[in-house]
Amino acid sequence: MGQATPRLLRPPPPTTEPFAVKWALIGTAVLFMLLFLVMPLAAVLSEAFSRGIGTYWAAITDPYTLKSVRLTLLVAAISVPLNVAFGMTAAWAIAKFEFVGKSVLITLIDLPFSVSPVIAGLIYVLMFGAQGWIGPWLIDHDIRIVFAVPGLIVATTFVTFPFVAREMIPLMQDQGTDEEEAAILLGASGWQTFWRVTLPNAKWALLYGVLLCNARAMGEFGAVAVVSGHVRGVTTTMPLQIEMLYNEYKFAASFAVASLLALLAVVTLVVKATLEWRFGEELAAVHRAPGGKV
Amino acid sequence: MFALRRPSVLPGFGPTLGFALFYLSLIVLIPLAGLFFKSAELGWEGFVRAVSTPRVLASFRLTFGAAFLAALLNAFVGFLVAWVLTRYRFPGRRVIDGLVDLPFALPTAVAGIALATLYAPNGWIGSILDKVGIKVAYTPAGVWVALVFISLPFVVRTIQPVLQDLEPEIEEASASLGARRWQTWLYVIIPVLLPAMITGFSLAFARALGEYGSVIFIAGNLPFRSEIVPLLIFVQLEQYNYAGAAAIATVMLMASFILLLIINVLQRWTARRHGAD
Repeated sequence: MGQATPRLLRPPPPTTEPFAVKWALIGTAVLFMLLFLVMPLAAVLSEAFSRGIGTYWAAITDPYTLKSVRLTLLVAAISVPLNVAFGMTAAWAIAKFEFVGKSVLITLIDLPFSVSPVIAGLIYVLMFGAQGWIGPWLIDHDIRIVFAVPGLIVATTFVTFPFVAREMIPLMQDQGTDEEEAAILLGASGWQTFWRVTLPNAKWALLYGVLLCNARAMGEFGAVAVVSGHVRGVTTTMPLQIEMLYNEYKFAASFAVASLLALLAVVTLVVKATLEWRFGEELAAVHRAPGGKV
Repeated sequence: MFALRRPSVLPGFGPTLGFALFYLSLIVLIPLAGLFFKSAELGWEGFVRAVSTPRVLASFRLTFGAAFLAALLNAFVGFLVAWVLTRYRFPGRRVIDGLVDLPFALPTAVAGIALATLYAPNGWIGSILDKVGIKVAYTPAGVWVALVFISLPFVVRTIQPVLQDLEPEIEEASASLGARRWQTWLYVIIPVLLPAMITGFSLAFARALGEYGSVIFIAGNLPFRSEIVPLLIFVQLEQYNYAGAAAIATVMLMASFILLLIINVLQRWTARRHGAD
């Protein structure tokens, strides 16, 4: 390419785009992100405070809103630990042993991610509802699952099922079994090996999984909407409270509750980015798998 | 069990695998199987009738069409965002990178009411579009907007790691062998990224098919016009048509499983390409 061209007109190095093209690409990408991602977030805050701080405060201290906050915390406090217990046991079996059918098991663990949240709710209505498989037995024994808190918990557990397992499995697979074998040969028990060798090695992946699991558990809408029955103050989690307020045209109150969940989302993103930045190496296995971080 | 696994000195295989399988069956497999049994109650003819009423067909068309178009846009925009984030340095890059995951982290109901407010005829974006005669909220276009929002991260996060691992040496080799920049793009960069792009598209499409929360507020939910399949399942359920709801859900679930299968194959393809560089 023309050696005689003056310096200023020289084409850019052949391994990058010309200056103008580069900034046009950056501009387009940033503009799209602002328009599609940042604007909704800004709209939540703007609408929440549209009637002033007094209305905002009244909305988030409303007794039904407070009940929904408590219920959301309760649901997350049960379903997240359940999935942590599952994630740790599944990761131990899958990552530390070789057995037939392992890849099928991994696929099955990811299954809830490809099921629509509404279907996730539906399957529990079909099972526990009045016309469901064990519904009549439950009614006879006066146990309420659907349209009650237990239904919210199982539906939330379903949609957040894979989060912890899928962060821990690839990392623990990557780490191999040498250290655990050494611990066992030195006389440690299985528990000691897990608590003192495996878990410390995988703690950031565990935290990462818990973070994502919790964010989804607190924000889940579709699945809990189906099993909730919308009994105000009894089976309305925060997302359902947002929906009910919105449908009653109480927009400022609805966005006020929404702003709390938006805050949770932003905190989640910041902690997530910090984990990735600080412990990127230890989480690396997760991020090397293409499409693995969903 | 021993014949089916490689011997190991580590303890706890039986209990941990046992618990994992038990929990998986209890929470996921048995309830999902119940869905198939419920729709089987209708018999084949009843099943076909339940999923082929004009209203159901209209919602299938809308859901698949809007999800496809949203994933398609995101395949390109997601590629652009991933490229800009990995290749260029500019102020605010880290913030933009973190924001890519916002649609994962933001509860769908929050996204739903925010989008509905933005694109309503008196909203920030809707009022501008209204002047040029474009209506988004309460139309199929609104469904599409919500699905674009929700599915963007899938494409970006699929392409990004592949792009990060694409060594500049390959592009330098291409350039030093005399390729123009566009030739390097066409013959080197795009072929390497294509599997990741298609995988990202499929993941985005799969997610968009089942999306509920972010769509229903902006869609307006008019039967035959802006009613998505997940909402229709909900409506059937509220009318106590359990078997009908199960039948529609079965069709959606089969579609998701087929996509999951395709995605698995694609990911293996990506990994192979990826490993071979």
